[in-house]
Amino acid sequence: MIAFLVRRLLQAIAVMAVVALCAFFMFQFVGDPVNQMVGEDATKADREYLRESLGLNDPIPVQFGKFALKAAQGDFGVSYQHKRAVSTLIVERMPATLELAVTAAILAALLGVPAGVYTGLRRFGFTSKLIMTLSLIGISLPTFLIGILLIYLFAVILGWLPSFGRGEIVKIGAWETNFLSVSGLKSIILPAITLALFQMTFIMRLIRSEMLEVLRADFIKFARARGLPNRAVHYGHALKNTLVPVITIIGLQLGSLIAFAIITETVFQWPGMGQLFLQAVQVVDIPIMSAYLILIAFFFVVINLIVDMLYYVVDPRLRVDQPSGGGGHG
Amino acid sequence: MGPPSVWHRIWDSDIFYSFRSSKITMVAAFLTALIFLLAIFAPLVAPHSPYDVATVDLMDAELPPAWEAEGDPRFLLGTDNLGRDLWSTILFGTRISLAVGFLSVIFGLVVGVSLGLVSGYVGGYVDSFIMRVAEIQLSIPGILIALLLAGTLRGVLSAEAYNDAIVYVLVLTIGTSIWPQFARTVRGSTLVERNKEYVLAARVIGLSRFSIMWRHVLPNVMGPVLVIATINLAIAILSEATLSFLGVGVPPTEPSLGTLINEGQNYLFSGLWWITIFPGMVLAVLVLAVNLLGDWLRDALNPKLR
Repeated sequence: MIAFLVRRLLQAIAVMAVVALCAFFMFQFVGDPVNQMVGEDATKADREYLRESLGLNDPIPVQFGKFALKAAQGDFGVSYQHKRAVSTLIVERMPATLELAVTAAILAALLGVPAGVYTGLRRFGFTSKLIMTLSLIGISLPTFLIGILLIYLFAVILGWLPSFGRGEIVKIGAWETNFLSVSGLKSIILPAITLALFQMTFIMRLIRSEMLEVLRADFIKFARARGLPNRAVHYGHALKNTLVPVITIIGLQLGSLIAFAIITETVFQWPGMGQLFLQAVQVVDIPIMSAYLILIAFFFVVINLIVDMLYYVVDPRLRVDQPSGGGGHG
Repeated sequence: MGPPSVWHRIWDSDIFYSFRSSKITMVAAFLTALIFLLAIFAPLVAPHSPYDVATVDLMDAELPPAWEAEGDPRFLLGTDNLGRDLWSTILFGTRISLAVGFLSVIFGLVVGVSLGLVSGYVGGYVDSFIMRVAEIQLSIPGILIALLLAGTLRGVLSAEAYNDAIVYVLVLTIGTSIWPQFARTVRGSTLVERNKEYVLAARVIGLSRFSIMWRHVLPNVMGPVLVIATINLAIAILSEATLSFLGVGVPPTEPSLGTLINEGQNYLFSGLWWITIFPGMVLAVLVLAVNLLGDWLRDALNPKLR
């Protein structure tokens, strides 16, 4: 167990090192930081001075060392576009994105899991087929299109919900929330649904296919033969066994939440980290882009580590030392 | 009666039977083929030429579809904000979307299958390294990878060069985001094939590793690749649409479906719904049809379900 953990940790560190290298090279090869930061009338002497004081004339390994050290402390430099510290910008926008992501995740789980279980248990019913068809459409429609359609329906035609922005924000200490105002609550509905839709259909289809596979297994037959009521068989035995791959997938889903948050935030003008990143890409604001790269990589590495460890804990088969495993079910 | 012709054999085959018996799949295939043909022959089918600046008149801008009151019968689905006929622009835009989609899948396929073959056959450190990279990449959503790559390239090239080379940029970025799936599957199949007798026989004869991989193992591992390719075609088309929607894809001068939807979003509130809705519908139908085809293909070729 310890060897496993150590190996994974070492791999994680190696990945972060490579990512940091990539982020660093982004600075080196993409555009010229000095030109980006000063106006056009800066003299050559001024630029040289700036270059020297930024440490851009140091040898490359030294620059990389400084870069890595600063990154580890959370200092990602100053944004070209906003002229403010990148870390401040990110922290400012984090509440917006986090509230949206968490709302969407809860929505997706609340609706996706029961739907998956239902369509897995009653796969030939009409409602099941209906849900499956809707889910196929959910996967095929791009997120931004769903967002736009929702805006068109609920904001333009019906006028029930706002079409952009976060509504009124209430400050609690350092955190700005939009849950405490009516306009804020109204504003989060459409973006959260948009973000949740893809996850929801994904989770639902996954749980369904896992349930179908597990229900075919022998131990389910034996449980029924023993006379266990359907409820015990379905939830006690079948559902528990579907959880193992579902854990990985939830880990993956957290990742895709970030990606789709970028799109959703853009469609709804939601002032979160995703929108910040996209604007940075559009104007080639390297500090923000490289900060995002490092943060995302860190996030994924941590998620993968946690998922791996959870796997180890949840699936007893992985803990069996003997190769034969005795044929027992997990 | 002589031996059955090729057509009879296809008609009676397992795969075609499962195709015939699923109406949805046949509809999906028909729709996909229809969209393909319309896109390929866009220059012949489109009533107007939307990229020819001489024929586009700003006075025609923002006209609603022909069946509405202020519509113009010349422009079936209305015009966009620059006065281009929407139907023609959609046709050409679908062309770009499909081209980028296909090329990205081919790129990802070539890279992924090659790396998978090498990884599975050669094994050792090469295998570990390639698979590690693939695993890491698989855990990050494709859009993010594509966005980061696109953003970096945008910084390296000037804005003009970027737009000129946009198709190559998109194919490169989207292809990079999908190769790991191909690599993983092919590696798995290669590991299985490697121990079979025909490979051992080839090695005994003294064929080079490259020759064995390319001419003997490869044909036997291509099956699942087809399914992955189809599913990834839908993903590639969606990725291109998303990147264009976000502004880092195809520029508005020769817009793809995603770019059109983005442009149209600005006019949604003024009531000009057609600029967004029609390209959106085409995109949705296209991706849905390709997804359905991929689903059917996966079930038809899945040995466990036979």
